[in-house]
Amino acid sequence: MSSPQPAAEPVAADLAVHVRGVTKEFGRGSAATWALRGVDLDVPSGELLMLVGPSGCGKTTLVSIIAGTLAPTAGEVVVLGDNLVAMSNGRKVRFRRENVGFVFQSYNLLPALTAAENAAVPLLIAGWKRRRAVEAAADVLAELGMGDRLAHLPSELSGGQQQRVAIARALVHQPRLLVCDEPTSALDAENGRLTLELIQRVAVQPGRAVIVVTHDARIYSFADRIATMEDGRIDSVESVPHHRGAGGDLPRPPA
Amino acid sequence: MLWIAWKMLVGNRVKYLGIVFGVVFAAVLIAQQASIFCGLMSLTVSQIRDVEGPGIWVMDRNVQFVDDVKPLSDNDLFRVKSVPGVKWAVRFYKGIARARLEEGLYEQIILLGLDDATLVGAPQGLFMGSVAGLRSPDAVIIDDAGYRRIWPGEPYRLGRTFEMNDRRAVLVGITKASRTFTSFPIVYTRYSQAVVFAPPERKVLSFVLAQAMPGIDPTEVCRRIDERTGLQALTRQQFLWKTIDHYLQKTGIPVNFGITVLLGFLVGTAIAGQTFYLFTVENIRQYGALKAMGASNWTILMMVLAQGVQVGVVGYGLGVGLAAIFGWVVKGASRLAFFMPWQVLAITAVAVFLIVIVASLLSIRKVLVVDPAIVFRG
Repeated sequence: MSSPQPAAEPVAADLAVHVRGVTKEFGRGSAATWALRGVDLDVPSGELLMLVGPSGCGKTTLVSIIAGTLAPTAGEVVVLGDNLVAMSNGRKVRFRRENVGFVFQSYNLLPALTAAENAAVPLLIAGWKRRRAVEAAADVLAELGMGDRLAHLPSELSGGQQQRVAIARALVHQPRLLVCDEPTSALDAENGRLTLELIQRVAVQPGRAVIVVTHDARIYSFADRIATMEDGRIDSVESVPHHRGAGGDLPRPPA
Repeated sequence: MLWIAWKMLVGNRVKYLGIVFGVVFAAVLIAQQASIFCGLMSLTVSQIRDVEGPGIWVMDRNVQFVDDVKPLSDNDLFRVKSVPGVKWAVRFYKGIARARLEEGLYEQIILLGLDDATLVGAPQGLFMGSVAGLRSPDAVIIDDAGYRRIWPGEPYRLGRTFEMNDRRAVLVGITKASRTFTSFPIVYTRYSQAVVFAPPERKVLSFVLAQAMPGIDPTEVCRRIDERTGLQALTRQQFLWKTIDHYLQKTGIPVNFGITVLLGFLVGTAIAGQTFYLFTVENIRQYGALKAMGASNWTILMMVLAQGVQVGVVGYGLGVGLAAIFGWVVKGASRLAFFMPWQVLAITAVAVFLIVIVASLLSIRKVLVVDPAIVFRG
């Protein structure tokens, strides 16, 4: 699996994510497990791609590698024009800070911070002054319909509201890549649909790619394309014919 | 980011109070025990401090501390006087005598005999009677605590009598004086009177108190006295530290207090360290999320250290404050020796700093090695 890589091919300028031959091995020797077995994937800017597949198929590993939080065992990973494999750890930290927004499955909001303060965290990490950062975050939250919940702690918010704060946090620094890990898994059907509508309306823009890892077949209709993974490989990539934001019939779940 | 660290810390009140409690516990124990130790050490030198005026104490070469009296010959006074640089020198008697009270009871006392002509070393805190009264026959001055010990519950009254060595002593004054290590009453009298009150001995001169001439370093004068008389001459400060040094080296007092201080340090470190570690583990996903969002290891390190410093400052303030309140309350209500010099505060601060560093270090490794990809695991 770790054979020498062929020379990298040129990456198209409109591609936000370009992954070729990526493998990932956890553990060593007889305990080694291959989470990814040679993944190829392209995600153009302005697209919402959903990564789907059964548990343990490698979705989270792949998205971690694309987001720069995990190094591949082998392969080529070019995100927003930068080769992540060749990047130092320090450079990767800066890359994530400037270019990647995260929406986590369990929100990972800081319980002691208010909604506005939580949403301001990426700006604070980037070195903004607290007051300015919180004001900017408040604007984003207001845009997401949370203008009346700015001073609430996460424990005072519903699951859907917490997820909106997480989305605001992911978008507040205007990243060019948004990575969402099971954003609807903790939400009921209605809140799940609202969350994806929100992501589609606010996050999907011409200069930004959105990757959503999900098990939730109810939200497949919001994708531009659906990449199905199976046993560490991309099994298929299908376009979803629909008008963005129009809802409509659910596409047939990938086999 | 330090602000986020602070909010994370105080946001979890139970853990926060647990960590602060560990630091407070250690700070209270260290500051309180160290202050009691300093109080005890201060008692051992109270008589040196109370004898104001002379800058130099001359004594037998083998004297180790202020209560270790080895009598000198009367000639030694004149030999000291003859040393160049000595402005004046006077006799000083210090000994233990037994007072027989009106009711027939006996009480051990510390007897101090002052130079008849100058009364150098006379008490400064008289609140009844006068130092000049010592010139009367059989006159003595007693310290306040001694009076209350000999005549408990009775009002202050001059003219009272008791006996020492079958000689009558008449009270002509009552003074404030620093408590002594033995807590015996302190009785001041003239030198010529003291040698009568004291049990008979061939040599009775305890110390020679001297003063250096203006412009000459007392240490240099002490060196000359040592050289020319073969006696041991120490400045007041040197004698003070020699006495303290004796108690530090020849008694078990520092070891006993040291063990308690060490226990306070260890238990405080264990409580604060463990709670801080649990707090960090509980927040590990949050730290992972911060790292995923682009917080560097340096930023995370600063956050954890800032939390440690915050806990340290609060714990130190509360701990030292509680120790001081304890000392103030208990000292007023009992005879506890309690003295909190700035050095105790500094030592406690260093100990708290170490506790905080150890507690932080336990946690720092955990957050530095956390994989930011942890946030993608459900």
